[in-house]
Amino acid sequence: MTPYTIGGKTLTSRLFLGTGRFPNPLVLKKAIAESGAEVLTFAIRRVQLDTVDEDAVLQHVDSGRMTFLPNTSGARTAEEAVRIARLVRAAGIGNWIKVEISVADETLLPDPLETLRATEQLAKEGFAVFPYTSDDPVLCKRLEEAGAAAVMPGGSPIGTGLGILNPYNIERIVERVNIPVIIDAGIGTASDAALAMELGATAVLVNTAIAKAKDPVTMARAFRLAVEAGREARVAGRIPKKKYASASSGYETLISRPTKTTGAVT
Amino acid sequence: MRVRMNGEWADLEDRTIGDVLRRYGLEEKRVVVEANGEIIERALWDSTPLKDGMVLEIVHFVGGG
Repeated sequence: MTPYTIGGKTLTSRLFLGTGRFPNPLVLKKAIAESGAEVLTFAIRRVQLDTVDEDAVLQHVDSGRMTFLPNTSGARTAEEAVRIARLVRAAGIGNWIKVEISVADETLLPDPLETLRATEQLAKEGFAVFPYTSDDPVLCKRLEEAGAAAVMPGGSPIGTGLGILNPYNIERIVERVNIPVIIDAGIGTASDAALAMELGATAVLVNTAIAKAKDPVTMARAFRLAVEAGREARVAGRIPKKKYASASSGYETLISRPTKTTGAVT
Repeated sequence: MRVRMNGEWADLEDRTIGDVLRRYGLEEKRVVVEANGEIIERALWDSTPLKDGMVLEIVHFVGGG
């Protein structure tokens, strides 16, 4: 696959992998390997001081090869997201931050105004900001203007596996913004990721669809292949959709074509 | 003295933030410490005294999407 640049880094894989909800660290490790992902996402939480043998996820991944994209999940306001981003920076794992701000209701949809405010502030502070946003082309443009390194519109709400509910909007976002578009959230299976790439996404972020699959390691491989296939199809250029059939072979030389009257053979 | 650590009040005899992290075996781990809303860089853990009523947050990375 052809390398591309995003947030100041040159990458080859277009599949970003979320590290939440895997059955255990071993499966996570194998899934990372099979996915071919070069970008991993994380969350920041309090250390549980009563269980010293904590499950800090970073200890299970090979940090040399990977770019980390920690998120601000749990933040309800721009200020809370900025606070988390600064904690991330102090951990010394780079300057990428996925802004994720939502009120904790049943949809976990991102708060557009707080997301825009946080993006603006964090871009000023020198972060490469990756806002998780609703699939609104106008908002995505505003996030670009606020200094986002990429936009991450959701296909559907986090963890639902409903796929891409509004392909039209995703296409408009791809047309409208001049920064990478990463489809984040709601991806249910490999074909959803292929569709995202065919619509023109730069990359896809997948977590639950892999982590909660019956066989996460095989699903990770399926997603790698789907993202590659979708990207190739996008580059190759799909045919336009048409209303009526057009035969693959034409009829000019059909064997049962009526014989032309050219006179008797002598 | 009493400090509020990750949302829980605790009585500690430790002198510095570095002492607290050693108590919990976290000094070598990839954790970030915030004291009264300010991030305390790792290099300053041992020279930052614990104070009565201090609010400490000790955070790390967990799985997430």
